[in-house]
Amino acid sequence: MIKDITIGQYFPGKSFIHKLDARTKILLTLVFLVFIFICKNFYSLLLVCGFGVVVYLLSRISPKVILKSFKPLLPIVILTTVLQLYYIKDGNLIFEWKFISITDKGVFTAVFIAARILTLLLVSSLLTYTTSPTDLTDAIEKLLSPLKLLKIEVHTFAMMMTIALRFIPTLVDEIDRIMSAQKARGADFENGNIIKRIKALFPIFIPLFISAFKRAIELADAMSCRCYTGGDGRTRLRQMKFSWRDIVGSVVTVAVCVGVIVLNYFFVHLI
Amino acid sequence: MNKIIEFKNVSFSYSEEEEAVLQNLDLDFYEGQFTCVLGHNGSGKSTMAKLINALYIPTSGTVISYGLDTADEKNEIPIRRNIGMVFQNPDNQIVATIVEDDVAFGPENLGLPRDEIRKRVDEALKAVNMYEYRYHEPHRLSGGQKQRIAIAGVIAMKTNCIVLDEPTAMLDPKGRREVIETLLKLKNEYGISVILVTHFMDEAVKADRVVVMNDGKVCLDGTPAQVFSNASHLESMGLTVPKPLELAYQLQKNGVRINGEPLTAAEFVDGFKNYVENRG
Repeated sequence: MIKDITIGQYFPGKSFIHKLDARTKILLTLVFLVFIFICKNFYSLLLVCGFGVVVYLLSRISPKVILKSFKPLLPIVILTTVLQLYYIKDGNLIFEWKFISITDKGVFTAVFIAARILTLLLVSSLLTYTTSPTDLTDAIEKLLSPLKLLKIEVHTFAMMMTIALRFIPTLVDEIDRIMSAQKARGADFENGNIIKRIKALFPIFIPLFISAFKRAIELADAMSCRCYTGGDGRTRLRQMKFSWRDIVGSVVTVAVCVGVIVLNYFFVHLI
Repeated sequence: MNKIIEFKNVSFSYSEEEEAVLQNLDLDFYEGQFTCVLGHNGSGKSTMAKLINALYIPTSGTVISYGLDTADEKNEIPIRRNIGMVFQNPDNQIVATIVEDDVAFGPENLGLPRDEIRKRVDEALKAVNMYEYRYHEPHRLSGGQKQRIAIAGVIAMKTNCIVLDEPTAMLDPKGRREVIETLLKLKNEYGISVILVTHFMDEAVKADRVVVMNDGKVCLDGTPAQVFSNASHLESMGLTVPKPLELAYQLQKNGVRINGEPLTAAEFVDGFKNYVENRG
């Protein structure tokens, strides 16, 4: 059951989006996320959402996967939408019943916010869906490398991320094993009130932590046996290379961003 | 034969209060040999292995690896460039999320140029028959495959010697066979000296030399045939002899005498055939 949890899931593929350099993808995603909030009217919103959908279609990720990633956030989207409908009182009244009054402006804002959250989610999940964890950590190391000037250990940070990603499946297996072992001794994880259930987690987490520490010590030994001394003087097998795809991707994204600004400016009066 | 590792009167204890794990140990290892170190749990064999490449420093005495004193911190990296190490739990020594990247970890640490790393990684993966798995995720592989990846990681560093600390303890029989075959190949085709620490007797059969440790001391040292001829001595230390030999001894007790000391199933079959024919 615990094996269903997947963090930073990656779906291998050969699409245009998959083949973009991870550094480009991270930067463009960040820029794009900002512009989702910069757009002010329906025209620019449409452009941003439309671009998000096009990127999604290019990635050839199955719609099921996307819907699954929307699911946990759906309650939040619905709640904010309802709150907007209820609380925004200016604009033309279009519906009234007892204490509930809905205005056209309320509807606009609600749709606007829902579209923003969903696009945000779509684009940010596409980043992890189309980039392998290794590429992602390599890219983060490269992008943060200017911080070395401030004496921040960027390499150590990236190595920690790599090891964390590497050990997620191992530790998930371990939790499964410990849970089975405790169940075999009569531990009960499913019944009782919340305090009881939280208490039932201790016999899982204590052995898990002990074993994780043991693993960490062994791994440290194994790494130093392989002459690991930190990031200095290290070379890499993998090399990140920008290609024509990164230029195309960047140009299109910048064009969309310029479009958002232009549309914001020319259609101020619409909302 | 060239000495590569020298233990001179080495004692080791984990802390001052604790009893010494190794006591006045004198032991040498030679170039190009497949040496198997046997011993039951707590015999000090794993501690001995970790002293070889400066993971532990002797409490007294000296360990000289490839002419360098392990106690000197400056020698740590040069020693580890010569001696690679593989541990018991395959999960706790794989660093990367992709097989190929993990094998590259050592050469990357050595600061080798990219083309050289590429070449070494491919060669190492081919040497352990894992080349077709180079893009796989390690956690989806079997235990034997993971250990072979770990061995490939050492080969890619082009070390002269490889020390393995009970590499087969967590593997099934198939995985154990794969690992041992890989090690024999390393010794025979690449001339790498192998030091295998284990408590499986049958793994020692194919070694050039067997060292048996008990209570932090060496008590038997010689070729597999020499060592396993001391069956009663081995049993008194909680070790057994390989199955074919045990069977031969049992038969002997019942009046069936097989010539020589069969260490493998094939040798046993030959000896038994001889016996039947002579009787015939």
